[in-house]
Amino acid sequence: MSDVTLINIKEEILAENKGLADKLRRRLKERGAFLVNLMSSPGSGKTSLIVRSLQELGSRYRMAVIEGDVDSAVDAERVAREGIRAVQIKTGGSCHLSAAMVEKGLGALSLDSLDLLFLENIGNLICPAGSDTGASLDVALVSIPEGDDKPLKYPLIFRTAHVFVVNKTDVREHFDFDVEAFRARVRRLNPEAPVFEVSCKTGEGIDLWCNWLRERVEEGR
Amino acid sequence: MHELPVTRSILAIVLRHAEAQGVTRVLAIHLMVGALSDLEPEWLQTYFDHLSKGTPAEGAKLLVERSPLTFLCEPCSAEYHTTREELESASCPRCGSREASLVSGTGYRVESMEAQ
Repeated sequence: MSDVTLINIKEEILAENKGLADKLRRRLKERGAFLVNLMSSPGSGKTSLIVRSLQELGSRYRMAVIEGDVDSAVDAERVAREGIRAVQIKTGGSCHLSAAMVEKGLGALSLDSLDLLFLENIGNLICPAGSDTGASLDVALVSIPEGDDKPLKYPLIFRTAHVFVVNKTDVREHFDFDVEAFRARVRRLNPEAPVFEVSCKTGEGIDLWCNWLRERVEEGR
Repeated sequence: MHELPVTRSILAIVLRHAEAQGVTRVLAIHLMVGALSDLEPEWLQTYFDHLSKGTPAEGAKLLVERSPLTFLCEPCSAEYHTTREELESASCPRCGSREASLVSGTGYRVESMEAQ
């Protein structure tokens, strides 16, 4: 039996996806299109935030939506009712979107005629956090009924996202969500990231969020 | 189940190095996973056993080491380690402040492998 040797490797496991994602980001930038990746638990309001943002920014940008879904087209249909082009990516059981899946989804769109693209990731706070999609902006959305302790339970996504949106402020008085405690928990993991409070139902705070988003789009594309 | 694509990548990296080094059998693979990165080692091994069948890495054990969480204290700039369970309660061993920001604790790496 031959001797056992230790071979040094020191390679990032997700380097291949990262490479694809970086390529995708460069391609989008060359075409002047800005991709926003939206991540949250199921039911936090990803689709509602997209619809509100489409309405708010509709006069300014040419937009499209890429809907990731394990196996349904419900969200894509809702976006399409706004008169916005929606592409559906069915992951067939996978719990997050990879850069390769997003690239495939983009194939159905004409990038030269688009300014802003929303990517609705699969609804969970674990898997999408570790996988670069090629987006220029990663947004994590949390809603008031979910509780202010989400950063403690799912710290990775609160470390990797660039901005946080707290949705459903209209039901704030019925829940114990402590916004200041939430902000402090986010700050510990991700000191630079802004936190917006919105209600996709009443429209509260949507203007502030969209103004901020518009600045990022102008800087980034 | 993000363990499946992660496992595929691990196997691809290991097989590439195995071929380059001319090894016939991989016995163990050392992984470094950030304390914040969610990964279930049992699922990882189950997927690996399945995917590696018929390759030089068949039967290899995956050994996962967790890299620590490192905080930078805001008032005194000391760096200190903590655990995921003490994410919120950890305070600076030098000045006692809880005001701190995270410097490291993410990532997935293949560190090394033991092979014949």
